[in-house]
Amino acid sequence: MRTNRLKGSLSLGAAVILTLLSASWGQNTPGQQEKWMGTESHIGNLTGHASAAKTDYRRYCTGCHGDLGDGQGENAPWLDPKPRDFTIAQFKCRSTPTGTLPTDEDLYNTIARGLDNSNMPPWNTFTKQQRADLVAYVKHFSAKWQSEKSGTPIQVPPQPEVTADRIQAGQALFKRLECWKCHGVEGRGNGPSADTLTDDLNRPIKPFNFHDGTRFKCGTSNADLYKIFMTGLDGTPMPSFADNVKPEEAWDLVLYLRTLQPMNTKEKQIAKQLGLKPIDPNAPAPAAAPQQ
Amino acid sequence: MKAGHKIAVMSSALLVLAVGFLYPGKNVSAASEGKITGTIKLDGTAPRQRPIDMSKEPSCAKIHESNPVHMENVVAGANGALQNVVVYVSEGLTGNEASAVSSETPTWDQKGCQYIPHVMALNPNQHFKVTNSDQTSHNIHPMPKQGGPNHEWNKSQPTGAPPFDIFWTNEEIAVPVKCNIHPWMHGYMAVVKGPNAVSDASGSFTINLPPGSYTVTAWQEELGTQTQKVTVGAGKPATADFTFKAK
Repeated sequence: MRTNRLKGSLSLGAAVILTLLSASWGQNTPGQQEKWMGTESHIGNLTGHASAAKTDYRRYCTGCHGDLGDGQGENAPWLDPKPRDFTIAQFKCRSTPTGTLPTDEDLYNTIARGLDNSNMPPWNTFTKQQRADLVAYVKHFSAKWQSEKSGTPIQVPPQPEVTADRIQAGQALFKRLECWKCHGVEGRGNGPSADTLTDDLNRPIKPFNFHDGTRFKCGTSNADLYKIFMTGLDGTPMPSFADNVKPEEAWDLVLYLRTLQPMNTKEKQIAKQLGLKPIDPNAPAPAAAPQQ
Repeated sequence: MKAGHKIAVMSSALLVLAVGFLYPGKNVSAASEGKITGTIKLDGTAPRQRPIDMSKEPSCAKIHESNPVHMENVVAGANGALQNVVVYVSEGLTGNEASAVSSETPTWDQKGCQYIPHVMALNPNQHFKVTNSDQTSHNIHPMPKQGGPNHEWNKSQPTGAPPFDIFWTNEEIAVPVKCNIHPWMHGYMAVVKGPNAVSDASGSFTINLPPGSYTVTAWQEELGTQTQKVTVGAGKPATADFTFKAK
């Protein structure tokens, strides 16, 4: 009887301490994360459960992302870029505005697609249910998912027809928005500010070289490219342009950027016919800037 | 029965008293008589502030041609007057200071490839405006503590773009801000509750506060924080001078 009572008061004490811990901000403790094991994800009709992903996470993810989801797995010291720290809840590939949480679908797509130019492979061997469960597991690591909702995804209007006018307007934007300051006048990732760029961990980071690859970090489609510069890649120097680029203009920029890439596209053929030259940052802007 | 009656009378009397105490309290705060003034000094030699080479951004380099700009980590003037120190009340706020909190919408300007001001103090949920007065694009990239309650964000603001309005939801001393395109651009936004001030070029500051006892903290980006207890009376300004030791 007495021991029972002692046990009771001990567990009460533990409960009080746990509550106190969870009341203080930004302190993710293993106990707290365990508490959030009930976290769910919703992707279309799928519902993911964090508790169902325990085994998969420990088997496939812990090596890099760590048991606590803090990006400090045993492989982490040898990786560049560093594995994502899920306790911060900050993600590059989002359909949501800069400074907001991504949608469950964004995380789901990242797991399925992997991240180009990093050690994160595409996990397309998992079933859809497994991936949805892992999304919930990724979320259970941070207090942010308990207190905040995902941002509202930006709308990507249907892609307009590829025309010479649009490609030229896109090039004018590339100059006006000063994309070239980092990405270079030819989009080779060698602009005047390229050498000094650092990510949030203060590690050097390179701007994307459009001539190098056919794929982007956050996807391969035109809509993915649209989302990258409109929402920005949080945690990197790449800002969001959504405040100052209209949807129409954003498509112009997408079409122009495709002319810089190595694959043979309709955009590239048109650029060739136009004899499109790289921008000259020192040339004065045309008197009447093409406004679409 | 009689005893119960007594208790009821006493408690209602107490209630009336309590209400009576609360109301004058509000009136005093509305009048907001008190204030704290002070000067912030640097003890020792100010560290050399490296000149900034803006040749990579000709439009900005041109602005500073005749008057080159320097880093602003420690800005000390005559007699060691220390500028850009955030002063705020770290203890003793009662919630009656609302009238003393600035209701302005301050501006965070990017001018000559510098942040003007270099340090800004804000309350949580106080809106501020971000403007670009330059002939070049900037990206405004505040980097709050990772894992903390504030979110990092990163927005491009091309030349001629309209100002945008934004705010911080949570206290944080202080959020560093940078521009990745122009890596020398650096500043801080201090998000603190209640009345606050940032010391000016003569190192002085003024905080309006209702009378009471407070702990006041001064924060400098390189030299850390200092605190002292201050009692503010009605009518007469209280003084709180701070001295930071040069590193």
